[in-house]
Amino acid sequence: MKSYILKRVLISVFTLLAITLVLFCLLQLMPGSPFNDEKLTDDQRIVLNEKYGLDQPVLVQFERYVANLVQGDFGVSYNISKNTPISQLIQTRLPISIQVGGMAVALGAVLGLILGVIAALNHNTWLDSLCTAISVLGVSVPSYVFALALSYTLGFRLKWLPMLYSANTPLLSSVMPSIALSMFTMASIARFTRNEMMEVLGSEYMLLAESKGINGAPLILRHALRNALIPIITVLAPLIVDLMTGSLVVEKIFSIPGVGSLLVTAIQSNDYNVVIALSFIYSAMYIGIMLVVDLLYGVIDPRIRVTGEGGRMGFFARWRLVLFGRKKVAKV
Amino acid sequence: MNQVQTIPAGTRAEIPDLRPEDFTLRSSREDHLDANFASQGYWHDVLHRFISNKGAVIALVLILLIVIMAVIGPGLSGRSYSSQTLSEKNFAPRIPVIENLGIFNGDEVLTTTTGSRVVNEYEEKGLTDTYYWFGSDTLGRDIFTRVWEGTRVSLGIAIVSAVINMTIGMCYGLISGYFGGWVDTIMQRFVEINNGIPRLVIVTLLLLVVKPGFTTIVIALVITEWINMSRIARAEMLKLKEQEFVLASRTLGAGSFLIIFREVLPNIIGQIITQLMFSIPTAIFTEAFLSFVGLGIPVPQCSLGSLISETFNSFTTHPYQIVPPIVVMSLLMLCFNMLADGLREAFDPKLKEM
Repeated sequence: MKSYILKRVLISVFTLLAITLVLFCLLQLMPGSPFNDEKLTDDQRIVLNEKYGLDQPVLVQFERYVANLVQGDFGVSYNISKNTPISQLIQTRLPISIQVGGMAVALGAVLGLILGVIAALNHNTWLDSLCTAISVLGVSVPSYVFALALSYTLGFRLKWLPMLYSANTPLLSSVMPSIALSMFTMASIARFTRNEMMEVLGSEYMLLAESKGINGAPLILRHALRNALIPIITVLAPLIVDLMTGSLVVEKIFSIPGVGSLLVTAIQSNDYNVVIALSFIYSAMYIGIMLVVDLLYGVIDPRIRVTGEGGRMGFFARWRLVLFGRKKVAKV
Repeated sequence: MNQVQTIPAGTRAEIPDLRPEDFTLRSSREDHLDANFASQGYWHDVLHRFISNKGAVIALVLILLIVIMAVIGPGLSGRSYSSQTLSEKNFAPRIPVIENLGIFNGDEVLTTTTGSRVVNEYEEKGLTDTYYWFGSDTLGRDIFTRVWEGTRVSLGIAIVSAVINMTIGMCYGLISGYFGGWVDTIMQRFVEINNGIPRLVIVTLLLLVVKPGFTTIVIALVITEWINMSRIARAEMLKLKEQEFVLASRTLGAGSFLIIFREVLPNIIGQIITQLMFSIPTAIFTEAFLSFVGLGIPVPQCSLGSLISETFNSFTTHPYQIVPPIVVMSLLMLCFNMLADGLREAFDPKLKEM
């Protein structure tokens, strides 16, 4: 287990370093220099280069760049708001993005679970087909289509919810973006829950629980859903990562002053510094989430550590394997 | 009364009603075959399972319709996708014949602060013979032509990138899985690092440096999307390479190349095709996303994504402009997903029991 964790952490660190290197190279490749003033003489330029360390070898510059990144110093913005430190720009925007994203994940997870359980319990009936249809629709229709549809109907026509984000009513105005963003999460979770629940419902321990006289809600919630939940938690994290992409467009549609819309504006106004800083943050978040997921996977299904692939196996078998190791498990 | 007539052991039963000539020999071979267990070709089987899946067949038909429209659509209305008629901008959809039913007759409800009123640009400008089937956009371009032109570009990007992805990912995964050992280790580390970088970041950065266009978008999609294919190919290879037919082939002197591409590849073609179908909607979505962010196909060319992002600014005043590209794109993604699902079930019937 230790070597597995070590391996995963090392790979993550290495990936992040690789990204930083790419970002750094991009910065070097970008046209222009920080000292573009035509009045500067060559001598002054040399002095300035010395002052900012730009005369030093690229490797030394890279080292300093990494050190700055680690300390959260991303440089200043060029175009969006001149000479504002990027860390300051991000500080005000990140909480808003996290709030909307968090609401979307929570909403998607809860609705997805409910849909999935309903579908599994009413297997092969019209309810099941309906849930499947909803989840196919949710997976295949992009989140900004939902965003546009919602903002036209609920926002523009019915005027129930504000079409654009306003700082005075942060909760109310993040309802529509969260719903639009949550569709993909909801659909994926619903699909996954349905399959997991079907497997659990067909298992022998469910038969045992039922034969002991447990039925109704306790049977489903305490016995079936709890066991189905573990693998679902592990698919939730990659979905959070997917949300980050969706949030870019959805934030633009609802004019949410979040990180995603900052990135879009930065791309459109060629503010390279901001783009690169945000790319770094996105990558760091992504790598962090993936690392946590992989470690969780390793705990939940030890076979992943050995073969790199998860197999299907019951909940108890998994934990038995984690607790006692492979040898003591008679039949897996 | 109804006593069973017992026949003493050792005697021949003589049933007077039935004689040997009452029986005929049915020698026709087909009659003996049980249709359920008859040996059928693999592809025949797959086709049979696929056709019995109604959703997938409908999806396939819709995709074919959209593809046909993408091919012939831009030429149907007689207007080019980039020609602007500034005097005919923001016309609501108007279709011959159907206009008599009261819909698609060029009427448009304009909502202003003072209330809403019905406007018909065609009548106001006296253009009674002009028909914009899907309406015209803010620059007076025909939306019908533009939608199908955009579909053509989007589908082109998606299919080209998906095929390249398939080729690269398939070879990579098969080779990595077949050779194993340090080759596999190195190749998988590379995949892991590549996979650790968010796609969004790769695509954005690439398109910042290189000018956006058909080729660059395809390249961006290829860089990010081949990994899934390689994973599937590798997993299947790991499953198959220990099997007897591979061993037999090796014993007969087949080289690695032959084993990988002639022995194993035909066995996993089903999974590869399924994954190919799944990667097409992803490509369409990514392209649309890039257009929305401003890194898409440059004007005056258009794709479904760029049409959506262009008309987004006026979608509250002229909602009909944004509906066609959105409907076509959603339909395409939905259908490709359903088709891929159907194919997966057709190739692997065990999945269906889930």
